Parts: sequence; C-alpha cells; structure tokens
Amino acid sequence: MTAPRAASWSFREEDSVRIRAVLLDFLRDASARTALLVDRAGQMLITVGEPPSFDPTAFASLTAADFSANDQLARLLGEGDFGTLFHQGEKESLYLADIARRVILVVLFDNRTTLGLVKLRMRAVVGDLTAIFTAMFTRETGTAGHVDASFVGEAEDELDKLFGTT
Amino acid sequence: MSLVNYASREINCKIVYYGPGLGGKTTNLEYVYEKVAPSSKGKLISLATETERTLFFDFLPVDLGTIRGFRTRFHLYTVPGQVYYNASRKLILKGVDGVVFVADSQIDRTEANLEAMQNLYDNMTQHGYDLTRLPFVIQYNKRDLPNAAPIATLDASLNPGWPVEDGDRQKVTPDPFRPGEYLVKEVDGVWIERVPTFEAVAVRGEGVFDTLKAVSKLVLKSLG
Repeated sequence: MTAPRAASWSFREEDSVRIRAVLLDFLRDASARTALLVDRAGQMLITVGEPPSFDPTAFASLTAADFSANDQLARLLGEGDFGTLFHQGEKESLYLADIARRVILVVLFDNRTTLGLVKLRMRAVVGDLTAIFTAMFTRETGTAGHVDASFVGEAEDELDKLFGTT
Repeated sequence: MSLVNYASREINCKIVYYGPGLGGKTTNLEYVYEKVAPSSKGKLISLATETERTLFFDFLPVDLGTIRGFRTRFHLYTVPGQVYYNASRKLILKGVDGVVFVADSQIDRTEANLEAMQNLYDNMTQHGYDLTRLPFVIQYNKRDLPNAAPIATLDASLNPGWPVEDGDRQKVTPDPFRPGEYLVKEVDGVWIERVPTFEAVAVRGEGVFDTLKAVSKLVLKSLG
C-alpha cells in the first residue's frame, strides 16, 4: 500500500553542540545539577550536566504529560499557558520552562542553589534557547527527517525478530 | 512526530492506542510488556485510577536496537477510554506517528466504538493531523466472546473507508494482512481506501503483536 507520511523533524549534531554550550553556561551560573530538553511529544532531546540517576525515557514522557496537563489548567483559568512550572522536593527540585511551544527545558537542582537564582538565570537561557529552536523549526518547515530505504528494511527485519513473523 | 536525533543517534516514533473504555488498550500494552525481552523494553508506566482504569495514559518504550547507527525506539501510549477524559486523550495525541484503534467487538459496544472513533477523528483534526494520511490500523478485540459482532458488521461501522482523490493512489491495493481483501479498490465508480484491520483476543495475546507490527511497519515506511 502507499505509505502514509508522518511528520518528523531532525535534531542535528550542530544543534546539539550549540545548545549544550548554552546549557552548560546556565548550569554553572545557576549552580544547578542537570538540564534536560524534552519535546512536547515526550521524547528526550538532550541531557547536560550530571547524568541523571533515573530512567530518562520515562522521565521525558511524564514531563511532557505534566506540562501539557498544566497548559490545560492554565486555559481553564483563562491564562494562555503557564510558561514555567516548579516542583519543590525536600532535597531535589524541578523547574520547567516552555521553549518555543515545542520543547520543555527541565532543570534539576538541589540545596546547593536557590530557587531565586535558578529563576533569574532561567530567563536568559529560555530566551537563548527559544531563538535557537525557532530557527531550527523554521529550517525544518516542509522537510521531513527522511531515512533511507535500507534503514526501513533493516528496521522491519528487527520488528519481525522482536514480534515474530506472520 | 517522529524525531530523528542525529546528536544522540536515536529515532523515536510515537504510537497511540485509542478506543472505547474497557476495550483492551491497556491489555495490549501489558501483553507486549510481558512478552518482549527485558533488553528490548523500558519501564511500563500506568497513570491509572484506584479501579485500574487509565486516568491519563499508559506508556511503554520498545527498543528495536541499533539500526544503521541509530538506536530505534517505539513509544507506545494508550489513552483513557472513558468519555469524560477527553482532555487527557487529546493531549496524548500530540506528536503521534501512528494510531491503533482498539474496538470492542461486542455487539452492545457498537455505540461506544463509534463514539470513540468519531472522537479520534475530532481530536486528530484539532491537532491538525489527517488520519487518512497517517499510519492507522484497527484491532477488533474480544473475538472470543459469544456476543462478538461479525467482522463485516464491524467493518461497515468502523472502517467504511474514505474516497481516494489522489490519482496516484487510485489503484487496486491488496490488503497484505487479509488475503482476498483490498485496502484500496473501486466501489460503484468511486475509489475507496480502508485501513488494515486485525482480529484479537488481547487477554490471551492473540493478534496483539500482529497489530503492533503492522502499525510499526507503516510508521517506518512513512519515515522513508
């Protein structure tokens, strides 16, 4: 049958290098532990700083759901959205911010810093990342992250191995 | 939307199981989780109520391994089927690459199936997605029950097809999953396209992998 097309986008090496540099500066200035970027569909893009001790795939999925649910809560209150979210724990805290309506920046921090400092440094980094991602999505408009036919063939073979041939 | 991450050399695709409440969406995921090798799966996350009804979603990442240098994963989600959870359902569809509609074959669930299918079309449209242009399969679950409707009845109700406007696609296309059936054919002078369907008894695992494999392959083809 004719294969339907799914929308897709690609995250390139050069994007990663630029973003990683921005986030490393931010982590240093804010004395935060780890920064993660998650797309709104729940996929992990990048992790910078101390490697997380949790399952990043599950974390990304829950982060996207958390942010989306809070978006809807904002709308119920007559707000456009909540641009940031804060979850405070006894030792570990999370600060989340929207980037260009497509990506979520998640910052993990502990008692080595303060919420005030993280918030202060977040403003600048959100601006920088918004500019980078906006340019990236503009570049991607109308293009799909194509993979070649040999990739599809091999992936299908792997599916057969995983789920059995029918 | 599938993400090709050249930086981390990963490709992630999102598949959503949709359908009426108690139709077997979570059961599909639980079977996959139970049967797939530990090295090929991640954590199964279920955001459910105390009565084990899905409140927000179930999530299971399935790993195909490294293909041509890319770690390739399918992220499987279910949505809550109960009508009043529509806000959650809509959120889960964000960025979807492929959809499995899990229909409850029982005759007395006809209305619930139709309502869920209409709701799927509505929510996809609101996201700006065209279900007729996206990898999409239907699973007729609970085929073992005595009050299961005939396949022809379910097809007529849930898979009547849509007119094919694109001349390039107006060609007889056999259904690779149902010998003797067609996904695209001319009916009374109009070209009609239907989606692949699968019979299943998800509690026993029957048809679960067939369904998932079919939608996964369609998603992979859509990347090419």
